[in-house]
Amino acid sequence: MANMVTLTIDGKPVTVPAGTLVIDAAKQAGIDIPAFCYYEGFSVQAACRMCLVEVEKMPKLQPSCALPAAEGMVVHTETPKVVEARKSTIEFLLTNHPLDCPVCDKGGECELQDMTFRYGLGESQFLEIKHHADEKQWSPLVFYDPARCILCYRCIRVCDEGLGVAALGLSYRGVSAEIIPNKGDHLECDECGWCIDVCPVGALTSGTYRYKSRPWEMNYVPAICTHCSNGCKTTLSVRNGEIIRSNNRDRSGINGEFLCVKGRFGFDFVHNEERLQSPLIRKDGKLEPVSWSEALKFVVSRVRETIERNGKFAVIGSTRTTNEENFYLQKFARQGLRTNNIDHHRSGDVITLVDALAGRTDALATVGDLYTCDAALVLGADLAQQHPLLAYQLRANWRHHRSPVFVVTPGPVREDQYAARSLRAEAGGEVERLEELREELKARQNLVVLYGASVKGEAVRRLVAFGDSLGIPVKYVCLVDYVNSRGAVDMGLLPHLGPGYKPVEIPGMHLDAMMAAPDLDVIWVAGANPLEGGREFASKNAFVIVHELFLTETAQRADVVLPSMSLYEKNGTVTNVCGEVQRTKAGPKVMGTKSDLDILGLLAAQLGFDIGIPSQEKVLDEIRRTVRGYNVPLPVLATGGAAQAAVLNGNVPVDAQPEQVRPSGDTLFTSGTLGKYSKRLAQLMEAPGRLFQP
Amino acid sequence: MTLLAPPHPLEKRVLLRRFPEPRTEPVWIDEYLRTDGYEAIRKALAMEPEQIVDEVKKSALRGRGGAGFPTGMKWSFVDRKSPKPKYVVVNADEGEPGTCKDRILMGYDPHRLIEGVLIGGRAIGANRGWIYIRGEYREYIDILDRAIAEAYERGFLGSNVLGTGWEFHLSTHTGAGSYECGEETALLESLEGKRGNPRLKPPFPATSGAFQCPTIVNNVETFCAVPDIILNGGEWYAALGTPKNGGTRLVCLSGHIERPGVYEVPLGMNLLTILNEIGGGVWKGRKLKAVIPGGSSSPVLKAEECDIPADYDSLAKAGSMLGSGATVVLDETTDMAKVLARLMKFYAHESCGWCIPCREGTTWLKKITARLEEGIGSERDIDTIDRISQSMLGRTFCPLGDAAAMPAMAIARKFREEILEKLSRADAFAPVEGAQPLVVL
Ligand SMILES: Cc1cc2nc3c(=O)[nH]c(=O)nc-3n(C[C@H](O)[C@H](O)[C@H](O)COP(=O)(O)O)c2cc1C
Ligand code: SF4
Ligand code: SF4
Ligand code: SF4
Ligand code: FES
Repeated sequence: MANMVTLTIDGKPVTVPAGTLVIDAAKQAGIDIPAFCYYEGFSVQAACRMCLVEVEKMPKLQPSCALPAAEGMVVHTETPKVVEARKSTIEFLLTNHPLDCPVCDKGGECELQDMTFRYGLGESQFLEIKHHADEKQWSPLVFYDPARCILCYRCIRVCDEGLGVAALGLSYRGVSAEIIPNKGDHLECDECGWCIDVCPVGALTSGTYRYKSRPWEMNYVPAICTHCSNGCKTTLSVRNGEIIRSNNRDRSGINGEFLCVKGRFGFDFVHNEERLQSPLIRKDGKLEPVSWSEALKFVVSRVRETIERNGKFAVIGSTRTTNEENFYLQKFARQGLRTNNIDHHRSGDVITLVDALAGRTDALATVGDLYTCDAALVLGADLAQQHPLLAYQLRANWRHHRSPVFVVTPGPVREDQYAARSLRAEAGGEVERLEELREELKARQNLVVLYGASVKGEAVRRLVAFGDSLGIPVKYVCLVDYVNSRGAVDMGLLPHLGPGYKPVEIPGMHLDAMMAAPDLDVIWVAGANPLEGGREFASKNAFVIVHELFLTETAQRADVVLPSMSLYEKNGTVTNVCGEVQRTKAGPKVMGTKSDLDILGLLAAQLGFDIGIPSQEKVLDEIRRTVRGYNVPLPVLATGGAAQAAVLNGNVPVDAQPEQVRPSGDTLFTSGTLGKYSKRLAQLMEAPGRLFQP
Repeated sequence: MTLLAPPHPLEKRVLLRRFPEPRTEPVWIDEYLRTDGYEAIRKALAMEPEQIVDEVKKSALRGRGGAGFPTGMKWSFVDRKSPKPKYVVVNADEGEPGTCKDRILMGYDPHRLIEGVLIGGRAIGANRGWIYIRGEYREYIDILDRAIAEAYERGFLGSNVLGTGWEFHLSTHTGAGSYECGEETALLESLEGKRGNPRLKPPFPATSGAFQCPTIVNNVETFCAVPDIILNGGEWYAALGTPKNGGTRLVCLSGHIERPGVYEVPLGMNLLTILNEIGGGVWKGRKLKAVIPGGSSSPVLKAEECDIPADYDSLAKAGSMLGSGATVVLDETTDMAKVLARLMKFYAHESCGWCIPCREGTTWLKKITARLEEGIGSERDIDTIDRISQSMLGRTFCPLGDAAAMPAMAIARKFREEILEKLSRADAFAPVEGAQPLVVL
């Protein structure tokens, strides 16, 4: 246990580990010391002087953000002298501040406003002309207004220390000092927009939110980012059914404040004008809009007829739908359509891992573990591009705890910047190089191993064997690509495994087999785009039913297109790359769409399938009761927490079909089909040089 | 190069002892060696490092860069046993307005500085030193570079100093025109190639300085005092000055004085003696109005406050400071509002902008005082100057904020009546002929 010291803050004794900053010790005692430049988790600047406190036996006021607590220290945080100092700091800040609060995006949630309310003088003594510098646009997403900037350097630090991008710096001096992109006039960065969020004032504004809304005009909806598998919690700001912005300022969820460009800005696909808002039926070779009842009736008749003549079904599920929908879909397929021909786009070999780790507990890492583990090993994955939150966690762990990261990848990755060792290996050959790291890894207390899609099948088993041979606790993360890729596996969107990795009696066709089968009667695609890139179903005459947001390649081939909701529009749970189950809530509304659960529920009722009530709560309840490892505590979910599913429940005696694992190859700025309908992501992709390269 | 005046009889030349006659050429290595140059380092090499530090402690030498911190004590803070390399840094930024002494030392006696640095390096167990010199001093940079080359040639610098096996390297590093880069931690940032912002203290440079290694940073004059301390002993040096204020120092006399220039006087010499005897009194037979005794950051002394010994402690007691030894004389005709405005313009220009009270305070002061200089303003402005200054004092990140606030407060308080009188004279609403814009943006 660390050396503890006891100090007195405003008369309250507080005991904290030696070295704790007074500002943090005060927080522990429930005392809020105002601060602009202090930002938890980032380096101390001691620049704003807002946090000055009086310390007995010290003649000058002391910045509590830079003052380590010491035994017997007596601190006063709100004496007349302290209050006077804060008043004068606010007065100083306002001298050159434009005070354009009525039109400033930050108005209503501005720390300078709040602080002025708390400490401001009622009257200004400043009679001079204010210093001014013009606003600048640094990227399609980031605008900077130097006049509003209070120079707290938060933006510089989150970018540099937090992300390792270091796109921002400080230029000029004195009152002319301002933040600048290190490239001079434009940003070359991840465009994550975190700098905008941490800005305490309206100096950094977002190209997507500027002048759109007042903070009090919006509803705040807790959702899970629908893009990558990391499962960042995001708070959607929704006005009149429209998402206006996305951020996570309350730091709830596994990601704290972190979001990458997709989570913060990539929500605009929701309101893309190409969204399907009416069902379509192919009439005379052309897809024509029809009513929901007509479309459903059409589907019911074709399905019933196919069932009656013992026709062949194939079902392709989604990696972006909820666990409830996936569970219901596989039930619909297995019990309703009576087929095990069900699969989805698999992007990581989870099955082999679950089998190889059979019988263990604590062998699967959480997102939190990446921040606390003593070392991490990354195999065959470009985390900064494809798993931004995981990359952030590892970096924060190194920054705060110096936990080393070891990297074995085909090409350079951003982790090389600080990695203890970076080895290069051809995709698929990563595991071959592990011996070179043995001694260094053995010396650590514990290890988390993250592996990408190139490590699959036997390689996963060899990896686990290597982990076992180290003699230290090792946890694993099998990297998968999309928001509910992992949930799709856990919920049994697989031809040979039902929910909870339970083998089925007669395995059905996997995805490749479905694509190649010439004799399918009905192909049901619930939120996937298997025909992307010009691929085709070998069953030329199959009746194709597609649930989609957009008229994708697959939807264009459909006989019936049912306009479905995106994840942001519905309630449910999703499972992230680490197997952590989280709840997401419906935010915006898009007229004419239905959730996949509703669609399947309506059809099940009309088809007379007895597969349970299609209510999210009811299905979740069934999942919790029947899927092994998914009895996740509801209060955790209800309060916005993440509960890791316990999927290690013995061997999985099936062929894991590693050849079915295919990485989607997304980058920081792409997100499969969905990403193509985000104009903002497209805009960023067009701006050359924007993408940060290590 | 500035002409060094012949010594005044009241001067005590130790630092300038090689200059009994006016001259224009630096002392190059042969002349330096003829006048017992590099004898001190020979002696120091035979001493234990602790002994060197003790000798400097005994000398009561205090830093000549401005803060007057006891040099021996500073050197003793370096952990010689630290496995990290240790560094010596010379502060030759000479940025304090009115200060023009370091350049005399570097320009005339460059080897004295090199020798002082060598002794400092020996004392803390360093193998590397830099002279961080302001970029405007091109002439002196060239002189130092030549002297350093000479010292390398003769084995005083290099991988085997005087055959003792001790390695010591030295080079100049040029600043880029920022007053703040004279502040020791900003200097270190700049030396490392970064933006010249000051660092959070602690840790102090003695623990974590250049490249996070133990480092001593001292002024040029401070290092230049060291060779004679080692040669003649700390007690000898201390006895030249007053208790706790050892030795002699350079005073840079400027302003409204008959004989401006750089002089060497023992610490504790009466300020009026310096002005009237050495400096020849206020110019043009005018009366003294005020003196800025230790560089622009030191609070101004009114004429009647000037009858005091000029050493660190006496000036501190009088509410001012000895600072960098730059003594600016202001005669009875001086417009104090103008002095104030000029000073505030300097600090607003030089504030690095890192912290709020200094960044905003200096600019605000500049704007108000620019107005007062034009005769536009009211009594309330003078109160505001006082209030702004107090809001800066002791609350800024580095001492530059204090350096601006102290003189502002002193002038506003001591010359309140004069400024008020000026304000009442001017017609605030009529355009003043040839006036500058009200506010310089
Ligand atoms: C704003 C500011 C500017 C300074 N400029 C100089 C300078 O130009 N030269 C100098 O020697 N010290 C300067 N100092 C003092 C240094 O920080 C430091 O105290 C000095 O280098 C220590 O050396 P000394 O102990 O030998 O005086 C400055 C301090 C401040 C706060
Ligand atoms: S832009 Fe915002 S976050 Fe960055 S320094 Fe200015 S006020 Fe702080
Ligand atoms: S890291 Fe992944 S989950 Fe998080 S915001 Fe980015 S795309 Fe979304
Ligand atoms: S007081 Fe603050 S703004 Fe002024 S120079 Fe020092 S750090 Fe920079
Ligand atoms: S919060 Fe401590 S100085 Fe800014």
